[in-house]
Amino acid sequence: MKTFTYRSATGFADGLEPGAVFLAGGTNLVDLMKLGVAAPDVLVDVNRLVADEISELPGGGLRIGAGVRNSDLAADPRVRTRYPVLSQALLAGASGQLRNMATTGGNLLQRTRCRYFMDATKPCNKHAPGTGCPARDGDHRNLAILGGSDACIATHPSDMAVALVALDAVVNTSGPAGERRIPAEELHRLPGDAPERDTVLEHGELITSVDLPAVEVTNSAYRKARDRASYAFAVGSVAAALTVAGGTVGDVRLAWGAVAPKPWRARIAEERLRGAPATRESFLAAADAELAGARALRDNAYKIALMRNLTASVLERLAAAGGTR
Amino acid sequence: MTATTHRAVGTPLARLEGPKKVTGAAKYAAEYPQDDLAYAWIVQSPVARGRLDAVVVDPTDEAIVVLWHGNAPRLRDADDPELAVLQSAAISYRGQPVALVVADTPEGARRAAQTVRLEITAEEHDTVLRTDHPELYTPETVNPGFPSETAAGDVDRAWAAAPVRIDVEYATPALHNNPMEPHATIARWDGDELTLWDSNQHPSGVAATVSQVFGMRPDQTRVITEHVGGGFGSKGTARPNAVLAAMGARVTGRPVKLALPRQQMFTVVGHRTPTRQRIRLAATSDGALTAIDHQAFSQSSRLFEFAEQTAVATRHMYAAPNRRTGHRLLRLDMPTPRWMRAPGEAPGMFALECAMDELAAELGIDPIELRVRNEPEVEPETGTPFTSRHYVDCLRQGAERFGWSGRDPRPRQRREGDWWIGTGVAGATYPAMAQPSTARVRAFDDGGFEVAIGAADLGTGARTILTQIAADALGVPVERITIRIGDSSLPKASVAGGSSGSASWGWAVTGACRALRESGEREAVFDTTELIQKQEKEGRHAFGAHFAEVRVDAVTGEVRVSRLFGMYAAGRILNPRTARSQFLGGMIMGMGMALHEEGVLDPAMGEWVNHDLAEYHIPAHADVENIDAAWLDEQDDQLNPMGSKGVGEIGIVGSPAAIVNAVWHATGVRVRDLPVRLDKLLPHL
Ligand SMILES: Cc1cc2nc3c(=O)[nH]c(=O)nc-3n(C[C@H](O)[C@H](O)[C@H](O)COP(=O)(O)OP(=O)(O)OC[C@H]3O[C@@H](n4cnc5c(N)ncnc54)[C@H](O)[C@@H]3O)c2cc1C
Repeated sequence: MKTFTYRSATGFADGLEPGAVFLAGGTNLVDLMKLGVAAPDVLVDVNRLVADEISELPGGGLRIGAGVRNSDLAADPRVRTRYPVLSQALLAGASGQLRNMATTGGNLLQRTRCRYFMDATKPCNKHAPGTGCPARDGDHRNLAILGGSDACIATHPSDMAVALVALDAVVNTSGPAGERRIPAEELHRLPGDAPERDTVLEHGELITSVDLPAVEVTNSAYRKARDRASYAFAVGSVAAALTVAGGTVGDVRLAWGAVAPKPWRARIAEERLRGAPATRESFLAAADAELAGARALRDNAYKIALMRNLTASVLERLAAAGGTR
Repeated sequence: MTATTHRAVGTPLARLEGPKKVTGAAKYAAEYPQDDLAYAWIVQSPVARGRLDAVVVDPTDEAIVVLWHGNAPRLRDADDPELAVLQSAAISYRGQPVALVVADTPEGARRAAQTVRLEITAEEHDTVLRTDHPELYTPETVNPGFPSETAAGDVDRAWAAAPVRIDVEYATPALHNNPMEPHATIARWDGDELTLWDSNQHPSGVAATVSQVFGMRPDQTRVITEHVGGGFGSKGTARPNAVLAAMGARVTGRPVKLALPRQQMFTVVGHRTPTRQRIRLAATSDGALTAIDHQAFSQSSRLFEFAEQTAVATRHMYAAPNRRTGHRLLRLDMPTPRWMRAPGEAPGMFALECAMDELAAELGIDPIELRVRNEPEVEPETGTPFTSRHYVDCLRQGAERFGWSGRDPRPRQRREGDWWIGTGVAGATYPAMAQPSTARVRAFDDGGFEVAIGAADLGTGARTILTQIAADALGVPVERITIRIGDSSLPKASVAGGSSGSASWGWAVTGACRALRESGEREAVFDTTELIQKQEKEGRHAFGAHFAEVRVDAVTGEVRVSRLFGMYAAGRILNPRTARSQFLGGMIMGMGMALHEEGVLDPAMGEWVNHDLAEYHIPAHADVENIDAAWLDEQDDQLNPMGSKGVGEIGIVGSPAAIVNAVWHATGVRVRDLPVRLDKLLPHL
């Protein structure tokens, strides 16, 4: 690992220095440093700077400090009752030990698990722009079917972020251009020709907190398919919230994980569903409409069937659970 | 000496070193403090084939020295070309050690290894095992010396005449041992004497090999291996880390530590070869096998021929007048495979036992009944009687305990909510071996005894069992025994491998203890070499049966193993607590083989790309729901003084097939290439 200096952040401006990177729980960043994929000059530890509290917002929402640990967030009674999808998503991720360290800000900004990205000895447009993407012809079983580009088909690995995107959360930041409020859905960007940039954040821009808007739908759930029973990243996941009135879909929020370079808000499917009969047929048709844009490679086409099944199954369960406001 | 009537063998004595391990007091190889310690890091080849022309070191790096074939000390030949590290420009596989950095800190060594510039002439590589490859050949023998091919009767004629036939191909991927403790060595030279604190399964063997490599007498190297966090075969012989640490220490004149990171273990220390297998079974309509044909394909490196004995277990499992087994090997630009828990039996019995299930379905005969109908009287190929064989008892008693009777044989019949549910069975076998070893026992005035043997305890409980054996042989309580193992300066012991440790070492310990009692001296030494050489080698096997219940999620294709049960006949069980842990561990590893483990090859890179434990999956706790093992009280006095057979490996033999057969029973889908993952099931659900 490259020699670096370490300092505890005293103010937001500390991260502006060239070569500086924020350190939170370190569960992703430190691994990448050991592997030589990340090689910062300065580590700016934000653990004392960012809030680690969850507070009520006027009007019924919640503000989650960027330093709140994943385990604390998942266990918070307000989150569990008002935003079950978020609590479930967190608990479906990583392991107990990792969740105790991982923070809200760090989880959002964790990097892809693409096996070429994680190996500094291999070409990868994300860690070494312009070197190419060996995943297209190589190992891509768990890479993107939506939103990828010729340059990159990485998937975003976070479970938590999928739930936040479904919940219309807002990410609060503080950076060189002052403070910003970024909808969670717009935080991550698609790779296009510049896969080295995961998000819209500027250098030195710190995530200070995440706002959850007042709950409109508590009937929500997260379901994750994976290659073993626990401690595995998703191969496909669904975060959904649903209301049904008189057999018809009222409000619906749908986001998918492990299928795209960012947590994927399934807007096309949502559009189809609003006002449609709350039946398995409509759920499948909505998933199909969203998946019409999918581009599968040799080994990841199974994700299309998987997302179709998962989506219908989660929505069916939510519909059966009542779907009341 | 006070005689006791109480027998220690057969009691569930807890691991003697357990408290030390859970309190962190037990030291592993990398944990011995040294003055002036330096740290080494391996630089691996980034190409699968080519030449290393030069190594350019970044002057800003903190390396004390960077060794490569241009400046490394010359080594003598060992039997294992993987140990001829930094001796030639030729690159034989991606990940091969091509340079060694030694620095004052581990971080400095690692950084220098990442920034060192390798000037390489890369060549086209070939890394894919194919059954139609023109360079496939039949090795003279397969490990550890079996003929590659055997035949009896006329398979082709029997095949042509049979009313019921199965002709199926199976594939298993490269598997990686991944013991909890990565390979590690600390090397220190004191003049011409070398001390290695090394994590391995065979201290005497490692000492001999490393001495040979450095052109020294065997006793000039001392290997200390007090505690080992598993090996599963990958620590059976000296690995490159032992030689490289010693080389780094010699060049720098300082003690050097080389602890491999998980990522490097996937290429540097060995793995289980991928296999392709074709099985043909022919039977009469009432289920008597008339022909068995098992052809196995596996791979090795350019460096040397490692020929896995994939089809060997098929030679003694079932009766059939016409039979044939064969092995074909392909040398690729890939690392050399090595032993991994039940090498040969694990992949071979996966194929055979799945094929038996397919035949049972074809015949409409219960899979247990089919096996019972083909039980041989003697070893079918050699005609040697079995010293003991209770396979049918394992199947029948196991079936009873598992609750097999009344099972609907048809697949895809049981559904609960989103889950398809099914059950499966498969046989297990593993050779009962013993290898020459020597033990020494000393009597002390206070009534205590010291038993010494250069064995290694990989966490299996070897230390505990040897204490029990010694206590009984001396007729004293276990408290009076002090056991010393894990040091090559102790009497020479065989490898902790092939499930032969307890039999081999226990035999030597029994011999020494009996000699002490008979002679009345204060010290006795016993060497089993002659006794073992006189022994018949054939007809000695443990048997067992595995049962699995699985559920398959119809929405996602995810598989969960609701129940896994093993019933074994493995001679006398020396310690039910440690034996049970071996059986269960083997079965869980079998679950990993069935459902999770796979080295994913990128042919363009010439490398397995999932080389850490986040990406190379083994079962997590949540995958192990209800698991149990039981055994018959098997008497066999032809094996060794304890009457024991090995228990370390049989749990992984057949358990993958039981799970895969249960997946078929649940869903009607036959997956013939491991692992069974959701993407292979989903299209058919
Ligand atoms: C073996 C393993 C399995 C895992 N499995 C899962 C899983 O199943 N599902 C899942 O979702 N995740 C999983 N994870 C990932 C885990 O959730 C992340 O590592 C964790 O959430 C990162 O949080 P952190 O606080 O440790 O971030 P760090 O590692 O400290 O930082 C990550 C990134 O975020 C940046 N950063 C951190 N805080 C801020 C801030 N306030 N403002 C701006 N930038 C910031 C850092 O600069 C860095 O780039 C797994 C991880 C491991 C190692």
